[in-house]
Amino acid sequence: MPLPDSLSLIFMKTKYLIPLIAFLSLTVLLGIGLTMDPKVLPSALINKPAPNFELPLLHDTNSNFSPVEYKGKRWILNVWASWCPSCRDEHPIFNEIAKRTSIPLVGLNYKDKPSDAIQWLAVRGNPYDRIPSDLQGDVGVDWGVYGAPETFVIDEQGQILYRHAGPINPKLLETEIAPFFPEMVSLFEQSRP
Amino acid sequence: MFKQFPQSTAKPHSSKAYVCFSSIFILAYFLAAQAFAVVEVNRFESDEQEARYKGLIAELRCPKCQNQNLLDSDAPIAKDLRRKTRDLVNQGQSNEEIKTYMLERYGDFVLYKPRFTAATAVLWLGPFVLLAIVVLVLLVKIKRKQEAELIKPSKADDEAVRIKVRNLMSDAPSLDDPNNNDRN
Repeated sequence: MPLPDSLSLIFMKTKYLIPLIAFLSLTVLLGIGLTMDPKVLPSALINKPAPNFELPLLHDTNSNFSPVEYKGKRWILNVWASWCPSCRDEHPIFNEIAKRTSIPLVGLNYKDKPSDAIQWLAVRGNPYDRIPSDLQGDVGVDWGVYGAPETFVIDEQGQILYRHAGPINPKLLETEIAPFFPEMVSLFEQSRP
Repeated sequence: MFKQFPQSTAKPHSSKAYVCFSSIFILAYFLAAQAFAVVEVNRFESDEQEARYKGLIAELRCPKCQNQNLLDSDAPIAKDLRRKTRDLVNQGQSNEEIKTYMLERYGDFVLYKPRFTAATAVLWLGPFVLLAIVVLVLLVKIKRKQEAELIKPSKADDEAVRIKVRNLMSDAPSLDDPNNNDRN
């Protein structure tokens, strides 16, 4: 079936542009691909109930921590380890959160040597209310953790609201984490001139 | 303050000995890599479970690595996930249940053969859509070419037309006449 004359005329005239258009669209697509980080995985557990666990505390192995303790509270779980360099970078932020807010902070000590972890906190300060130690990384697997650091926000019903894989920085704290905590939002508002 | 480095008194190695030594070291390096390759003792109640475990760790992707399955990867997270897979197999969970467990935690990334969902539809259907487009374009092109061939006069037609034109122009000087000067 031949195309209508006018259409076929347009086609004849623009035929030579097709490779150019194809090239340009491929360039744009690949360009977008370059700006993306393939290491960032979409969070699968968002808006799902946080997996429960019970782990001994780093400083007192006879006591346990379980997320059930924080039912009815909105809290932050930070996955950290003394062997993890970026944990060192983000640590001052958690010290600040602990100093200025009443948000419960849980530091899941991930696949670490307890003595190293205790020493690490003694040097850098301990912002955490509870530090369960996940020696084997089993709880990490259950939470979909694939490295340290990672940070989760868990709501009053025990649902995961937010997850960030990688270190937290001040900008990320303000734009992505603070919105979940009114008292953090007001802190940022006060600090603005 | 600074110690003087002792001057080497050894004679320079002959190149043959050098090659010999370095090949031993290179060989040792590869043998060592072999020796430290994943050595994990996994116990299963049945061969069927072991086979399922092996199939699963080949199909599940290491979340920390860009393109390695759990079987190939030496990353700590891959080791943990292999252990988890083994435990779930031993608990009697089906392959589907284990894959769902991983999927719920690590997303589509973790399956080398992602499930068909709205998000992965492009991945599954994209190649077929492209193929359909190519076939369609080809068909249209072939059809057009065939039509063009039909319209174009054949060689036999050419001859007939030539005679017809000559007959019409019978009073015109012959084109075949070598003495024709009209063409100058």
